[in-house]
Amino acid sequence: MKFGVIVFPGSNCDLDAFHLIRDILQQPVDYISHQTADLADCDAVILPGGFSYGDYLRSGAIARFSKIMPKVAEFAARGGLVLGICNGFQVLTEAGLLPGALYRNDSLQFRCQQVSVRVENSDTPFTNAASRGAVLKIPIAHGDGNYFAPPELLQQMEKNRQILFRYTDEKGKTRIDANPNGSLDQIAGVCNETGNVAGMMPHPERAGELILGSADGLFIFKSILNHFLSKEAVKHG
Amino acid sequence: MESSLHALGYENVYRVRVGKYLELFLEAENKEEATHQVEEMSRRLLSNPVIEDFSYSLQEAQL
Repeated sequence: MKFGVIVFPGSNCDLDAFHLIRDILQQPVDYISHQTADLADCDAVILPGGFSYGDYLRSGAIARFSKIMPKVAEFAARGGLVLGICNGFQVLTEAGLLPGALYRNDSLQFRCQQVSVRVENSDTPFTNAASRGAVLKIPIAHGDGNYFAPPELLQQMEKNRQILFRYTDEKGKTRIDANPNGSLDQIAGVCNETGNVAGMMPHPERAGELILGSADGLFIFKSILNHFLSKEAVKHG
Repeated sequence: MESSLHALGYENVYRVRVGKYLELFLEAENKEEATHQVEEMSRRLLSNPVIEDFSYSLQEAQL
């Protein structure tokens, strides 16, 4: 399965994502410049974390208009798997590929810490390797992670099971003090209506090996691979 | 900021918030065209309609 990691000016988790995919997941992976208009033959595209264009105007607002983005939108419309992590999540909401938006953290402070997130829907290309209700230990590092969606939209997202992760305590209980940024309904990650585009504020690519404090982030990448392999198996009978 | 204002004695101040103020020059044939463009760019790039509102005013200027 071939992965592509998009590199915007100011991306800084591209190397971590690349390392996890190549060395831990052991799958082929390429960097894709924001300046190209070609996703080559990628089976999944990662929009990494960082501070694309210095977060000027709003996080992700400028990157969303880069040359590669219409190709990402086309790829997503064809059912291609797209995962936005942190700044990548912000880019995808700005691009309208994911519902909602990310406000400044309610503390107004940058938050860099280990958090626990609960898997809310394990029936997606991004979460199938974990079970529903599983608690994953993954770090966050962001200033604008306060998820918001208008009430009607949120209701619709709940109904479509588009909430992938919620911030909880270590036991999987939602608690106000386990919400690091003020996100609406403790939302840490969501997907689009068709389930093939996902975004999350926590950094799974920074939690792929025990030496880094947790290997729980691997679940997300393993899920993507599982999904791809099961689809291939169907295709080739 | 609100608590700083209160500390300075302006205790009658409340609902303090920070917004964004942008200035730009643009060349257009007429005011309608300028209005149309400003509306469009505000919606597409300068604001995020999910979480932000915008308002604007136009002023004729010499280059």
